[in-house]
Amino acid sequence: MSDPSIPTPPAKPPGLTRSSRVWRAAIIGGVLVVTVVAFGYVGGWLAPHRLTPARIVNQLQADAGMFPGYRRNHAKGVCVAGYFQSNGQAQAYSDAQVFAPGRTPVVGRFAIPGGNPYAPDSSVPIRSMALRFALANGQQWRTGMNSMPVFPVATPQAFYEQLQAQQPDPATGKPNPAKVGAFFASHPETAAFLAWVKTAKPSASFATESYWSLNAFVFVDANGTRHPVRWRMVPQSSAAAGDVQKAGDADYLDADLTQRLAQGPLRWHLQVTLADPSDPTNDATKAWPTDRHEIDAGTLELESTQPQESGPCRDINYDPLVLPAGIEASDDPLLPARSAAYATSYLRRTSEEAHLPGTAAAHAKPETQP
Amino acid sequence: MNSSSPRFTLAARVLHWLMAAMILAMLFIGVGMVASVSERHDWLIRIHKPLGIAILILVVLRLAVRLRHPPPPLPADLPALQKLAALASHWLLYALMFALPLIGWAMLSAGGYPVMLSESLRLPPIFPVSPTAFAVLRHAHAWLAMLLFLTFLAHLGAALYHGLIRRDGVLSSMTGVRLR
Repeated sequence: MSDPSIPTPPAKPPGLTRSSRVWRAAIIGGVLVVTVVAFGYVGGWLAPHRLTPARIVNQLQADAGMFPGYRRNHAKGVCVAGYFQSNGQAQAYSDAQVFAPGRTPVVGRFAIPGGNPYAPDSSVPIRSMALRFALANGQQWRTGMNSMPVFPVATPQAFYEQLQAQQPDPATGKPNPAKVGAFFASHPETAAFLAWVKTAKPSASFATESYWSLNAFVFVDANGTRHPVRWRMVPQSSAAAGDVQKAGDADYLDADLTQRLAQGPLRWHLQVTLADPSDPTNDATKAWPTDRHEIDAGTLELESTQPQESGPCRDINYDPLVLPAGIEASDDPLLPARSAAYATSYLRRTSEEAHLPGTAAAHAKPETQP
Repeated sequence: MNSSSPRFTLAARVLHWLMAAMILAMLFIGVGMVASVSERHDWLIRIHKPLGIAILILVVLRLAVRLRHPPPPLPADLPALQKLAALASHWLLYALMFALPLIGWAMLSAGGYPVMLSESLRLPPIFPVSPTAFAVLRHAHAWLAMLLFLTFLAHLGAALYHGLIRRDGVLSSMTGVRLR
């Protein structure tokens, strides 16, 4: 230490030689380049083959066409509202507030799969029900369910390949049957879905369908014990013999729903299936055996419907990973992919809604309506 | 150690290095989670939200420390343009450290999402539900994060330039260790 009373000039380090300066500059450049490359890799820009949410949504758009402002899948739908009346029976398995006895308000949406909001209701045999439960404690439970017991594929990669195979051939405007056939032939896990689809008919009503969670989730009880589950909504209404869609009407589901709700609320029972330790939680193509323990957790009561263009469901992203305390994701690989792709779809359609630069104008009518 | 090269206070140095690690992790988590469909997507988002709020709390503390203990002066012989760049980039870093967590929080609020920091810890919304505001805020969050990454690169490059080439005590005022 120098005597502080004697002012000393700052000790200048000895000057660097020219080669030393170059070396040191190269080290600095190297550190920066490595940082940028690592960032580019993690962000996917330098990993073009990685399956990203954007690629899945791009493929959905390639299959269905562009309909600005609409969801990229399950684009045709209608808003519904009501509540869930819990009977308390699921409380032993999940301490989510929604399962305590009482009512939780619900904003939901019925839809048909596909990215075309003008597709005829009879074009697919599948219907979907999405729900957002708004819990009193401010938490939410969002779920998107389909009217089939199993999903065609088990992984995001296989789902992406299925979408690729179903992309319309530019020459015919229709998917190439050879490609679709080849996809299913090389994906034996689709067998259960294909068996279901063979017997399935486009229903004349949303009200008469059961809706399955497809993916497994985990209920967590008050002691922290985890219970793998799947759930489904079972309708109280059943299809009458005369329930057939009117020929030539592309939008019969909406009319049917309005007509039924004018007569009174529509009800479903929330049936929760508890898994056996041997049941797969990571494979939505496999149904669990029918003898599993089931709980009737309560009744969903839907009271009103509104068009999706103006109703409260329009701005809700039914992300299946928005879950309250007491319900968790399982190890099903489809769940994070659904969450990620829904977020991308939501950002695209809200950007179109906001007329942000670089987005297509929202609510533009398609050039040709089917 | 040279008595003539003043250092940042211990509090400032601890906050700097702690937040440096958190912010760098946050930038990688952010770009990684939105480019993934695997289980990483879910668990990175679970880290992203509480980490962002932790950064917001720490930057409030850090600004208070900085205003109370002004940083050591830059070397007298530093060119004026470099001095200006240093000043501007530091205030930009502060602005972004405040803006990014707040915009993230506002964006989730505008999207109607519950702002969950854990299984059951929920923050109140700070913005009314609005899909168009969500879109604007979501894009702003991404673009400002890119700006933060670029500012971080400039900061890192400048720090190494001071430490390895100019060797003027600027880097050691934050590391507390003088490189030769």
